[in-house]
Amino acid sequence: MANQISVGEPAPGCKKVDPILVASNVTRQFGGLTAVNVEHLEIPRGQITALIGPNGAGKTTMFNLLTGFDKPNTGEWDFDGHKLAGVASYKVARLGMIRTFQLTKALSLLTVLDNMRLGDQKNPGEGFLASFLRPSWKRHEAKITAKADELLKRFKLDAKREDYAAALSGGQRKLLEMARALMSDPKLVMLDEPMAGVNPALTQSLLEHIKGLKESGTTVLFVEHDMHMVRHISDWVIVMAEGKVVAEGPPAEVMKNPAVIDAYLGAHANSDLGDVTIGDAKEGN
Amino acid sequence: MDWLNILNLTGGELIGAYTAAYVLCALGLAMHFGFTGLLNFGQAAFAALGAYGYAIATLSFGWNMWGSVAFGLLCSAAFAVVLGIPTLRLRADYLAIVTIAAAQALRFAFATSAYDEVTGGANGLSQFGEDFYNYNPIPEGRYPLGALEFSEKELWIRIVGWSLVAIAALVMLLLTRSPWGRVLKGIREDEDAARALGKNVFAYKIQSLVIGGSIASLGGMVFVMSSQTNQPQTWGTNFTFMIWTILLLGGAATILGPVVGGMTFFALLMFTQSIMEGLVTMGWLPFLDIAQVGQIRFLLVGLVLMLLVIFRPQGIFGNKKELQFNG
Repeated sequence: MANQISVGEPAPGCKKVDPILVASNVTRQFGGLTAVNVEHLEIPRGQITALIGPNGAGKTTMFNLLTGFDKPNTGEWDFDGHKLAGVASYKVARLGMIRTFQLTKALSLLTVLDNMRLGDQKNPGEGFLASFLRPSWKRHEAKITAKADELLKRFKLDAKREDYAAALSGGQRKLLEMARALMSDPKLVMLDEPMAGVNPALTQSLLEHIKGLKESGTTVLFVEHDMHMVRHISDWVIVMAEGKVVAEGPPAEVMKNPAVIDAYLGAHANSDLGDVTIGDAKEGN
Repeated sequence: MDWLNILNLTGGELIGAYTAAYVLCALGLAMHFGFTGLLNFGQAAFAALGAYGYAIATLSFGWNMWGSVAFGLLCSAAFAVVLGIPTLRLRADYLAIVTIAAAQALRFAFATSAYDEVTGGANGLSQFGEDFYNYNPIPEGRYPLGALEFSEKELWIRIVGWSLVAIAALVMLLLTRSPWGRVLKGIREDEDAARALGKNVFAYKIQSLVIGGSIASLGGMVFVMSSQTNQPQTWGTNFTFMIWTILLLGGAATILGPVVGGMTFFALLMFTQSIMEGLVTMGWLPFLDIAQVGQIRFLLVGLVLMLLVIFRPQGIFGNKKELQFNG
């Protein structure tokens, strides 16, 4: 079936029309265990790509490798024209590839607003000498504060602006981490399980935020176990199992792929997990 | 009991030169621990490098005061970088072990007889303050301050010591309220998150280590300048732990905390000692003699500090929410 994202038929490691991230031969071993062994992977630009797979498939390790938080045994990858293998994590972030963490890393004892301001990357006041010269960064500070307020409003955190991040709920911290990632206008946002621990009422608005990112031209790559979300918002799905990419394609097709059903979806392949109620699950047993 | 004398002695500690020296060291530690989250248990090494750097530059190189100060600061900055490059990538608790070991190693290096001619070995160095006291504008004489009385030298070192405290506090205030300081606090909270936002965590930690270390070096210089003697045994782990005590007493992530913490600490120490000495002379504490009082007062202060850390972990000035002892 034709699609506008891949060149030719979707297949594991297939070429994309306009990739933002191209990785080849990335492997990472922990002792005798090969956690990641990806021959070729391309992430399409301007799309929402989901990275799914069972626990231990190597998704988070892949995230860590791509963002410089872990070093691969072999492999190279290219982000928007920059070779990234061996580049320090903070430089990766400066190139416009911002990640969030599975275990949310809100900076607890900073205020929500300071968390946001820290997301900015062009603040001259972050230089040691310039920090003494308030006039040199005062205007920039005002600018990013306005931007932070705007983002906080979008993420419905504006009422919490002056609170310490420690005072936020788990779901609000996820939102804060995402909003903070957007402060630097990244080209690629990598979200590690953005839905984990977020209550259903917030889920909908989070989904809207992610869709909104795509509309503003940002590429999104996310790891998620919630199939409901994967089906609803992703344009492309990459399935990993045992460190390898086992399938790729548009969500509807990938979900039908026998390899995926085998590796991941199991018995609930045909039902939208988001709709399975407890009663149904009991009857199923 | 001579209450007036006790209050006098206590008041003298509040503005003492040693107090100023400890306060400077504690301010440096506030930069390391309070704002950056670096568990530095080798603050004595930075102070020692300031003191030895100054003394060696004066005595061995024949430099004047400004050159000697610069050399002391340079030594401590170099130590910060050498110590920082291998250790700042370590987890916080490992850094604590490495810094305490490095400080001890440095102290032994100063005390060893191998470099006797430069460091003075176990005897240390003395009489290096001539140029510093040459700058003293105060004419010779005795100067009463309340019930206290100071010589022109005692007054001069106090003025310089506390001026340095004021300058260091101002510099720290500017730094910590700037975006630069915000990055440090971000690193304190979670360095991986700071990295993910594009901050060069390692560079910031080195900067923090150098700045805090330099402020501590100034403290070391003030410390040895009041008596013009610099002995290696001064810079043991007990020096570092006194600084920690002062910092935690005042509040780790504050500027005013180390200042007031240091003053309170030494005033308290002197107060308890004087009172106990008074009680011993009056025969109220028959199980103690005067010599033991000096030891016992540390025990009492230790008890007070334990209670403080348990019931007020944020210190006198800290915001309970912002930094607790486990920070």
